[in-house]
Amino acid sequence: MVQSLDTLQETPSQTAGPYVHIGCIPTFAGLEGIYPEDLGKRAIEEGAKGQIITIRGTVADGTGWVMRDAMLESWQPDAAGKFPGQDGADPKVNGFCRFAADAETGEFELRTVKPGAVPAPNGTLQAPHIAIWIVARGINIGLQSRIYFEDEDNSTDPLLARIEQRPRVDTLIAKKTGEGEYRFDIRLQGEGETVFLDM
Amino acid sequence: MTDQGRLIPRNRAVHPVPYDPDYKTSMTRSPSLPLLSMDSTFTEETGPRFGHNMLGALDNNLILNWTKGAAPAVGERILMHGRVLDEMGRPVPHTLVEIWQANAGGRYRHIKDTYFAPLDPNFGGCGRTITDENGYYEFLTIRPGAYPWPNRGNEWRPMHIHISVFGHSFGQRLITQMYFEGDPLIDRCPIAATIKDRGHIDRLVAPLDMSKAKPMDFLAYKFDIVLRGRRQTMFENKPEGM
Ligand SMILES: [Fe+2]
Repeated sequence: MVQSLDTLQETPSQTAGPYVHIGCIPTFAGLEGIYPEDLGKRAIEEGAKGQIITIRGTVADGTGWVMRDAMLESWQPDAAGKFPGQDGADPKVNGFCRFAADAETGEFELRTVKPGAVPAPNGTLQAPHIAIWIVARGINIGLQSRIYFEDEDNSTDPLLARIEQRPRVDTLIAKKTGEGEYRFDIRLQGEGETVFLDM
Repeated sequence: MTDQGRLIPRNRAVHPVPYDPDYKTSMTRSPSLPLLSMDSTFTEETGPRFGHNMLGALDNNLILNWTKGAAPAVGERILMHGRVLDEMGRPVPHTLVEIWQANAGGRYRHIKDTYFAPLDPNFGGCGRTITDENGYYEFLTIRPGAYPWPNRGNEWRPMHIHISVFGHSFGQRLITQMYFEGDPLIDRCPIAATIKDRGHIDRLVAPLDMSKAKPMDFLAYKFDIVLRGRRQTMFENKPEGM
Protein backbone atom coordinates (compact mmCIF):
# COMPACT_ATOMS: atom_id res chain seq x y z
CA MET A 1 0.00 0.00 0.00
CA VAL A 2 1.00 3.60 -0.51
CA GLN A 3 -0.31 6.91 0.69
CA SER A 4 -3.50 7.98 -1.03
CA LEU A 5 -3.50 10.99 -3.32
CA ASP A 6 -5.84 13.74 -2.27
CA THR A 7 -6.41 15.03 -5.79
CA LEU A 8 -9.76 14.63 -7.51
CA GLN A 9 -10.34 13.34 -11.02
CA GLU A 10 -11.89 15.43 -13.73
CA THR A 11 -15.56 14.74 -14.45
CA PRO A 12 -15.85 12.61 -17.60
CA SER A 13 -17.08 14.35 -20.74
CA GLN A 14 -20.17 13.25 -22.64
CA THR A 15 -21.25 14.27 -26.10
CA ALA A 16 -23.05 17.62 -26.37
CA GLY A 17 -25.63 15.79 -28.48
CA PRO A 18 -27.79 17.09 -31.32
CA TYR A 19 -29.64 19.58 -29.14
CA VAL A 20 -26.67 21.47 -27.71
CA HIS A 21 -28.12 24.68 -29.12
CA ILE A 22 -31.00 24.60 -26.63
CA GLY A 23 -28.64 25.19 -23.77
CA CYS A 24 -25.92 27.19 -25.49
CA ILE A 25 -27.54 29.13 -28.37
CA PRO A 26 -31.26 29.01 -27.50
CA THR A 27 -32.40 31.23 -30.37
CA PHE A 28 -30.83 28.79 -32.86
CA ALA A 29 -33.02 26.01 -31.46
CA GLY A 30 -36.13 28.17 -31.59
CA LEU A 31 -36.17 29.31 -27.95
CA GLU A 32 -36.33 33.05 -28.55
CA GLY A 33 -36.89 35.14 -25.49
CA ILE A 34 -35.69 32.78 -22.80
CA TYR A 35 -32.67 35.06 -22.26
CA PRO A 36 -32.26 38.68 -23.39
CA GLU A 37 -29.66 37.42 -25.87
CA ASP A 38 -27.56 34.34 -26.55
CA LEU A 39 -24.31 34.12 -24.61
CA GLY A 40 -21.17 34.90 -26.59
CA LYS A 41 -23.10 36.35 -29.50
CA ARG A 42 -20.27 38.73 -30.44
CA ALA A 43 -16.50 38.37 -30.08
CA ILE A 44 -16.17 42.15 -30.19
CA GLU A 45 -18.25 45.25 -29.59
CA GLU A 46 -18.30 48.24 -31.93
CA GLY A 47 -15.14 50.25 -31.54
CA ALA A 48 -12.74 47.38 -30.95
CA LYS A 49 -9.21 48.43 -31.90
CA GLY A 50 -7.40 46.68 -34.70
CA GLN A 51 -8.34 45.00 -37.94
CA ILE A 52 -11.88 43.64 -38.02
CA ILE A 53 -11.95 40.30 -39.77
CA THR A 54 -14.46 37.63 -40.71
CA ILE A 55 -13.55 33.96 -40.70
CA ARG A 56 -15.83 31.57 -42.52
CA GLY A 57 -15.63 27.81 -42.75
CA THR A 58 -17.21 24.44 -42.26
CA VAL A 59 -16.76 21.37 -40.09
CA ALA A 60 -16.64 18.14 -42.11
CA ASP A 61 -16.80 14.57 -40.82
CA GLY A 62 -14.63 11.63 -41.85
CA THR A 63 -16.53 11.15 -45.10
CA GLY A 64 -16.11 14.79 -46.08
CA TRP A 65 -19.76 15.56 -45.31
CA VAL A 66 -20.23 19.09 -43.98
CA MET A 67 -21.93 18.89 -40.59
CA ARG A 68 -25.03 20.99 -39.96
CA ASP A 69 -25.09 20.56 -36.21
CA ALA A 70 -21.62 21.56 -34.96
CA MET A 71 -21.24 24.24 -32.33
CA LEU A 72 -18.02 26.17 -31.94
CA GLU A 73 -16.53 28.48 -29.37
CA SER A 74 -13.57 30.79 -29.75
CA TRP A 75 -11.28 32.53 -27.28
CA GLN A 76 -8.67 35.12 -28.18
CA PRO A 77 -6.86 38.26 -27.06
CA ASP A 78 -7.28 41.77 -28.44
CA ALA A 79 -5.19 43.27 -31.23
CA ALA A 80 -2.38 43.97 -28.77
CA GLY A 81 -2.32 40.38 -27.52
CA LYS A 82 -4.09 41.07 -24.22
CA PHE A 83 -6.89 38.81 -23.02
CA PRO A 84 -10.04 40.21 -21.42
CA GLY A 85 -9.36 40.64 -17.72
CA GLN A 86 -5.70 41.53 -18.25
CA ASP A 87 -4.52 45.03 -17.39
CA GLY A 88 -4.85 47.30 -20.40
CA ALA A 89 -7.00 44.90 -22.42
CA ASP A 90 -9.32 46.52 -24.99
CA PRO A 91 -12.70 46.76 -23.23
CA LYS A 92 -14.48 46.35 -26.58
CA VAL A 93 -13.02 42.88 -27.10
CA ASN A 94 -15.06 40.13 -25.44
CA GLY A 95 -12.58 37.50 -26.56
CA PHE A 96 -15.17 34.76 -26.33
CA CYS A 97 -17.65 33.90 -29.08
CA ARG A 98 -20.09 31.08 -29.70
CA PHE A 99 -21.30 30.22 -33.18
CA ALA A 100 -23.01 27.35 -34.90
CA ALA A 101 -22.74 25.71 -38.26
CA ASP A 102 -25.69 26.88 -40.33
CA ALA A 103 -28.53 24.35 -40.22
CA GLU A 104 -28.92 24.51 -44.02
CA THR A 105 -25.41 25.01 -45.38
CA GLY A 106 -23.13 24.03 -42.50
CA GLU A 107 -21.19 27.30 -42.85
CA PHE A 108 -20.04 29.12 -39.75
CA GLU A 109 -18.94 32.71 -39.46
CA LEU A 110 -16.81 34.42 -36.83
CA ARG A 111 -16.54 38.20 -36.93
CA THR A 112 -13.81 39.45 -34.66
CA VAL A 113 -10.63 41.45 -34.38
CA LYS A 114 -7.34 40.03 -35.60
CA PRO A 115 -5.58 38.92 -32.41
CA GLY A 116 -2.09 40.04 -31.42
CA ALA A 117 0.77 37.73 -30.54
CA VAL A 118 0.82 36.41 -26.96
CA PRO A 119 3.72 35.21 -24.82
CA ALA A 120 4.69 31.54 -24.88
CA PRO A 121 5.64 29.74 -21.65
CA ASN A 122 9.32 29.75 -22.66
CA GLY A 123 9.41 33.53 -22.94
CA THR A 124 9.14 33.77 -26.72
CA LEU A 125 6.00 34.79 -28.59
CA GLN A 126 3.23 32.65 -30.02
CA ALA A 127 2.06 33.71 -33.47
CA PRO A 128 -1.38 35.38 -33.48
CA HIS A 129 -4.07 32.73 -33.08
CA ILE A 130 -7.61 32.09 -31.94
CA ALA A 131 -8.36 29.06 -29.77
CA ILE A 132 -11.42 27.09 -30.84
CA TRP A 133 -13.44 24.32 -29.25
CA ILE A 134 -15.83 22.15 -31.26
CA VAL A 135 -18.71 20.05 -29.97
CA ALA A 136 -21.52 18.13 -31.67
CA ARG A 137 -23.41 14.88 -31.64
CA GLY A 138 -20.86 12.09 -32.06
CA ILE A 139 -18.02 14.12 -30.54
CA ASN A 140 -17.53 12.47 -27.17
CA ILE A 141 -15.14 15.06 -25.81
CA GLY A 142 -14.88 18.62 -27.14
CA LEU A 143 -12.13 19.13 -29.70
CA GLN A 144 -9.53 21.85 -29.10
CA SER A 145 -7.79 23.48 -32.02
CA ARG A 146 -6.41 26.84 -33.13
CA ILE A 147 -6.82 29.23 -36.02
CA TYR A 148 -3.60 30.88 -37.24
CA PHE A 149 -3.39 33.29 -40.20
CA GLU A 150 -1.53 32.86 -43.46
CA ASP A 151 -0.58 36.55 -43.60
CA GLU A 152 1.22 36.45 -40.24
CA ASP A 153 4.70 35.21 -39.46
CA ASN A 154 4.09 31.71 -38.13
CA SER A 155 7.67 30.56 -38.55
CA THR A 156 8.66 30.65 -34.88
CA ASP A 157 5.40 29.61 -33.25
CA PRO A 158 6.20 26.89 -30.69
CA LEU A 159 2.99 24.94 -31.24
CA LEU A 160 3.22 24.87 -35.03
CA ALA A 161 6.88 23.87 -34.68
CA ARG A 162 5.82 20.76 -32.77
CA ILE A 163 3.83 19.34 -35.69
CA GLU A 164 6.02 16.63 -37.13
CA GLN A 165 4.27 16.16 -40.47
CA ARG A 166 4.82 19.63 -41.93
CA PRO A 167 1.94 19.53 -44.44
CA ARG A 168 -0.44 19.21 -41.47
CA VAL A 169 0.56 22.68 -40.23
CA ASP A 170 -1.57 23.97 -43.06
CA THR A 171 -4.72 22.62 -41.39
CA LEU A 172 -4.37 25.26 -38.65
CA ILE A 173 -3.87 28.23 -40.97
CA ALA A 174 -6.75 30.37 -42.18
CA LYS A 175 -6.48 31.33 -45.84
CA LYS A 176 -6.98 34.91 -46.85
CA THR A 177 -9.86 35.21 -49.32
CA GLY A 178 -10.22 38.99 -49.38
CA GLU A 179 -9.53 42.12 -47.41
CA GLY A 180 -10.28 41.17 -43.80
CA GLU A 181 -11.74 37.84 -44.91
CA TYR A 182 -10.44 34.37 -44.18
CA ARG A 183 -11.43 30.78 -44.82
CA PHE A 184 -10.88 28.03 -42.22
CA ASP A 185 -12.34 24.60 -42.99
CA ILE A 186 -12.15 21.95 -40.31
CA ARG A 187 -11.91 18.24 -41.05
CA LEU A 188 -12.60 15.98 -38.06
CA GLN A 189 -11.20 12.82 -39.60
CA GLY A 190 -9.59 11.45 -42.72
CA GLU A 191 -7.94 13.27 -45.60
CA GLY A 192 -6.68 16.66 -44.49
CA GLU A 193 -7.60 15.96 -40.88
CA THR A 194 -7.24 19.08 -38.76
CA VAL A 195 -4.64 19.00 -36.00
CA PHE A 196 -6.48 18.78 -32.68
CA LEU A 197 -4.85 19.67 -29.42
CA ASP A 198 -4.47 18.23 -25.95
CA MET A 199 -3.35 21.25 -23.91
CA MET B 1 -6.20 35.89 -13.69
CA THR B 2 -5.23 34.93 -10.16
CA ASP B 3 -4.63 31.27 -10.91
CA GLN B 4 -1.03 30.25 -11.41
CA GLY B 5 0.71 27.33 -13.01
CA ARG B 6 0.10 25.27 -16.11
CA LEU B 7 -3.10 23.26 -16.42
CA ILE B 8 -2.74 19.67 -15.29
CA PRO B 9 -2.71 17.59 -18.48
CA ARG B 10 -6.00 15.87 -19.12
CA ASN B 11 -6.20 12.27 -17.95
CA ARG B 12 -7.93 10.85 -21.02
CA ALA B 13 -8.54 7.55 -19.20
CA VAL B 14 -11.48 9.06 -17.31
CA HIS B 15 -13.06 10.32 -20.52
CA PRO B 16 -15.00 8.56 -23.29
CA VAL B 17 -13.11 7.01 -26.17
CA PRO B 18 -13.62 9.31 -29.19
CA TYR B 19 -14.31 6.43 -31.59
CA ASP B 20 -16.89 3.86 -30.52
CA PRO B 21 -18.73 1.63 -33.04
CA ASP B 22 -21.62 1.21 -30.59
CA TYR B 23 -22.26 4.96 -30.87
CA LYS B 24 -22.37 5.09 -34.62
CA THR B 25 -22.09 8.83 -35.18
CA SER B 26 -18.79 8.89 -33.31
CA MET B 27 -17.22 6.70 -35.99
CA THR B 28 -16.99 9.54 -38.51
CA ARG B 29 -16.67 12.38 -36.02
CA SER B 30 -13.57 11.28 -34.11
CA PRO B 31 -10.04 12.25 -35.11
CA SER B 32 -8.07 9.26 -36.33
CA LEU B 33 -4.69 10.93 -35.85
CA PRO B 34 -3.15 11.58 -32.43
CA LEU B 35 -3.91 14.81 -30.58
CA LEU B 36 -0.96 17.17 -30.24
CA SER B 37 -0.20 17.18 -26.50
CA MET B 38 1.55 20.25 -25.12
CA ASP B 39 1.74 22.22 -21.92
CA SER B 40 -1.00 24.80 -21.72
CA THR B 41 -0.19 28.40 -22.59
CA PHE B 42 -1.73 31.72 -21.67
CA THR B 43 -4.40 31.05 -24.30
CA GLU B 44 -5.69 27.94 -22.54
CA GLU B 45 -5.10 29.29 -19.02
CA THR B 46 -7.29 32.35 -19.46
CA GLY B 47 -10.97 32.28 -20.27
CA PRO B 48 -14.18 34.26 -20.33
CA ARG B 49 -15.73 35.39 -17.06
CA PHE B 50 -19.42 36.01 -16.65
CA GLY B 51 -20.99 38.15 -13.96
CA HIS B 52 -23.99 37.38 -11.76
CA ASN B 53 -25.56 40.57 -13.14
CA MET B 54 -26.17 38.91 -16.52
CA LEU B 55 -28.57 36.41 -14.93
CA GLY B 56 -32.34 36.81 -14.87
CA ALA B 57 -34.21 35.94 -11.67
CA LEU B 58 -35.67 32.75 -13.18
CA ASP B 59 -32.65 31.63 -15.22
CA ASN B 60 -31.97 28.65 -12.91
CA ASN B 61 -35.65 27.73 -12.57
CA LEU B 62 -36.65 25.61 -15.58
CA ILE B 63 -40.08 24.99 -14.08
CA LEU B 64 -40.94 28.65 -14.53
CA ASN B 65 -38.43 30.33 -16.84
CA TRP B 66 -40.13 29.54 -20.15
CA THR B 67 -43.43 31.17 -19.12
CA LYS B 68 -41.70 33.89 -17.09
CA GLY B 69 -43.41 32.54 -14.01
CA ALA B 70 -46.92 32.40 -15.47
CA ALA B 71 -47.39 28.62 -15.27
CA PRO B 72 -45.28 25.67 -14.09
CA ALA B 73 -43.91 22.91 -16.30
CA VAL B 74 -45.37 19.40 -16.14
CA GLY B 75 -43.29 16.71 -14.48
CA GLU B 76 -41.61 15.44 -11.36
CA ARG B 77 -40.22 18.50 -9.61
CA ILE B 78 -36.55 18.21 -8.68
CA LEU B 79 -33.73 20.29 -7.31
CA MET B 80 -30.44 19.62 -9.07
CA HIS B 81 -27.60 20.90 -6.94
CA GLY B 82 -23.90 20.45 -6.43
CA ARG B 83 -20.52 22.01 -6.38
CA VAL B 84 -17.90 22.79 -9.01
CA LEU B 85 -14.39 21.92 -7.86
CA ASP B 86 -11.02 21.54 -9.53
CA GLU B 87 -8.69 18.55 -9.37
CA MET B 88 -6.92 20.08 -6.38
CA GLY B 89 -10.24 20.02 -4.53
CA ARG B 90 -10.57 23.78 -4.60
CA PRO B 91 -14.03 25.24 -5.23
CA VAL B 92 -14.49 27.01 -8.57
CA PRO B 93 -16.44 30.14 -7.65
CA HIS B 94 -18.33 32.46 -10.01
CA THR B 95 -18.32 30.15 -13.00
CA LEU B 96 -21.14 29.74 -15.47
CA VAL B 97 -23.11 26.46 -15.48
CA GLU B 98 -25.63 25.93 -18.29
CA ILE B 99 -28.04 23.01 -18.60
CA TRP B 100 -30.50 21.73 -21.20
CA GLN B 101 -32.84 18.79 -21.20
CA ALA B 102 -35.93 17.09 -22.61
CA ASN B 103 -39.32 17.62 -21.00
CA ALA B 104 -41.06 15.07 -18.78
CA GLY B 105 -42.18 13.15 -21.87
CA GLY B 106 -38.69 12.96 -23.36
CA ARG B 107 -39.19 15.66 -26.00
CA TYR B 108 -36.79 18.52 -26.67
CA ARG B 109 -37.89 21.97 -27.69
CA HIS B 110 -35.64 22.01 -30.76
CA ILE B 111 -36.40 22.41 -34.45
CA LYS B 112 -34.69 19.06 -35.09
CA ASP B 113 -36.59 16.96 -32.50
CA THR B 114 -39.58 15.28 -34.11
CA TYR B 115 -40.35 12.66 -31.42
CA PHE B 116 -44.14 12.43 -31.05
CA ALA B 117 -44.16 12.91 -27.28
CA PRO B 118 -45.77 16.35 -27.03
CA LEU B 119 -44.07 19.61 -26.22
CA ASP B 120 -45.06 21.07 -22.87
CA PRO B 121 -46.22 24.64 -23.54
CA ASN B 122 -44.84 25.59 -20.13
CA PHE B 123 -41.37 24.12 -20.56
CA GLY B 124 -38.45 25.54 -22.53
CA GLY B 125 -35.67 23.21 -21.47
CA CYS B 126 -32.64 25.35 -20.71
CA GLY B 127 -31.29 27.15 -17.69
CA ARG B 128 -28.13 28.75 -16.41
CA THR B 129 -26.56 29.92 -13.20
CA ILE B 130 -23.22 31.05 -11.80
CA THR B 131 -21.60 29.25 -8.89
CA ASP B 132 -21.39 31.12 -5.59
CA GLU B 133 -18.14 32.01 -3.83
CA ASN B 134 -17.80 28.40 -2.64
CA GLY B 135 -18.54 26.81 -6.00
CA TYR B 136 -22.13 25.75 -5.22
CA TYR B 137 -24.97 25.88 -7.75
CA GLU B 138 -28.67 24.92 -7.86
CA PHE B 139 -31.34 24.44 -10.48
CA LEU B 140 -35.03 23.79 -10.01
CA THR B 141 -36.37 21.70 -12.86
CA ILE B 142 -38.42 18.65 -13.76
CA ARG B 143 -37.02 15.18 -14.25
CA PRO B 144 -36.59 14.66 -18.01
CA GLY B 145 -38.11 11.61 -19.65
CA ALA B 146 -36.17 8.87 -21.39
CA TYR B 147 -36.37 9.12 -25.18
CA PRO B 148 -35.69 6.94 -28.23
CA TRP B 149 -33.02 7.82 -30.76
CA PRO B 150 -31.70 6.35 -33.97
CA ASN B 151 -28.56 4.28 -33.46
CA ARG B 152 -28.95 0.52 -33.16
CA GLY B 153 -32.39 -1.06 -33.64
CA ASN B 154 -34.13 0.05 -30.45
CA GLU B 155 -32.15 2.67 -28.60
CA TRP B 156 -33.28 4.76 -25.62
CA ARG B 157 -31.38 7.41 -23.73
CA PRO B 158 -31.58 7.16 -19.96
CA MET B 159 -33.02 10.21 -18.24
CA HIS B 160 -30.30 12.85 -18.36
CA ILE B 161 -29.54 16.53 -18.11
CA HIS B 162 -26.84 18.07 -20.34
CA ILE B 163 -24.39 20.33 -18.50
CA SER B 164 -21.86 22.86 -19.79
CA VAL B 165 -19.25 24.38 -17.45
CA PHE B 166 -16.61 27.02 -18.14
CA GLY B 167 -14.26 27.15 -15.16
CA HIS B 168 -11.78 30.00 -15.24
CA SER B 169 -9.71 28.97 -18.22
CA PHE B 170 -10.68 27.96 -21.74
CA GLY B 171 -8.73 24.71 -21.31
CA GLN B 172 -11.12 23.65 -18.53
CA ARG B 173 -14.14 23.78 -20.82
CA LEU B 174 -16.37 20.76 -20.28
CA ILE B 175 -19.72 19.46 -21.46
CA THR B 176 -21.14 16.36 -19.85
CA GLN B 177 -24.43 14.71 -18.84
CA MET B 178 -25.97 13.90 -15.48
CA TYR B 179 -27.82 10.62 -15.07
CA PHE B 180 -30.21 9.60 -12.30
CA GLU B 181 -29.66 6.99 -9.61
CA GLY B 182 -31.50 3.76 -10.27
CA ASP B 183 -32.24 4.28 -13.98
CA PRO B 184 -31.99 0.84 -15.66
CA LEU B 185 -31.33 2.47 -19.05
CA ILE B 186 -27.88 3.71 -17.98
CA ASP B 187 -26.46 0.19 -18.36
CA ARG B 188 -27.92 -0.09 -21.87
CA CYS B 189 -26.81 3.31 -23.12
CA PRO B 190 -24.04 3.31 -25.74
CA ILE B 191 -23.34 6.99 -25.06
CA ALA B 192 -22.72 6.40 -21.35
CA ALA B 193 -20.71 3.34 -22.42
CA THR B 194 -18.30 5.46 -24.46
CA ILE B 195 -16.68 5.81 -21.01
CA LYS B 196 -14.94 2.47 -20.73
CA ASP B 197 -14.41 2.39 -16.97
CA ARG B 198 -17.66 1.71 -15.14
CA GLY B 199 -16.36 3.58 -12.11
CA HIS B 200 -16.16 6.75 -14.15
CA ILE B 201 -19.68 6.31 -15.54
CA ASP B 202 -20.86 6.11 -11.94
CA ARG B 203 -19.39 9.57 -11.36
CA LEU B 204 -22.04 10.91 -13.75
CA VAL B 205 -24.92 9.34 -11.82
CA ALA B 206 -26.56 11.74 -9.37
CA PRO B 207 -27.80 10.22 -6.11
CA LEU B 208 -31.17 11.07 -4.63
CA ASP B 209 -30.44 13.57 -1.87
CA MET B 210 -33.25 13.77 0.67
CA SER B 211 -31.31 16.33 2.72
CA LYS B 212 -32.13 18.91 0.05
CA ALA B 213 -35.58 17.64 -0.92
CA LYS B 214 -38.42 19.92 0.20
CA PRO B 215 -41.47 18.21 1.71
CA MET B 216 -44.58 18.47 -0.45
CA ASP B 217 -42.61 20.29 -3.16
CA PHE B 218 -39.54 18.70 -4.81
CA LEU B 219 -37.02 15.86 -4.64
CA ALA B 220 -33.30 16.58 -4.91
CA TYR B 221 -30.35 15.09 -6.77
CA LYS B 222 -26.73 15.99 -6.12
CA PHE B 223 -24.22 16.40 -8.93
CA ASP B 224 -20.69 17.63 -8.23
CA ILE B 225 -18.45 18.56 -11.15
CA VAL B 226 -14.65 18.42 -11.19
CA LEU B 227 -12.72 20.56 -13.68
CA ARG B 228 -9.05 20.43 -14.56
CA GLY B 229 -6.73 21.96 -11.97
CA ARG B 230 -3.48 23.90 -12.21
CA ARG B 231 -0.07 22.51 -11.33
CA GLN B 232 1.22 24.15 -8.20
CA THR B 233 4.73 23.33 -7.16
CA MET B 234 7.60 25.40 -5.88
CA PHE B 235 9.34 24.71 -9.19
CA GLU B 236 6.52 26.06 -11.33
CA ASN B 237 6.86 29.36 -13.20
CA LYS B 238 10.62 29.30 -13.26
CA PRO B 239 12.58 29.60 -16.48
CA GLU B 240 13.51 26.30 -18.01
CA GLY B 241 16.78 24.84 -16.82
CA MET B 242 16.80 26.62 -13.48
FE1 LIG C 1 -30.11 14.50 -24.60
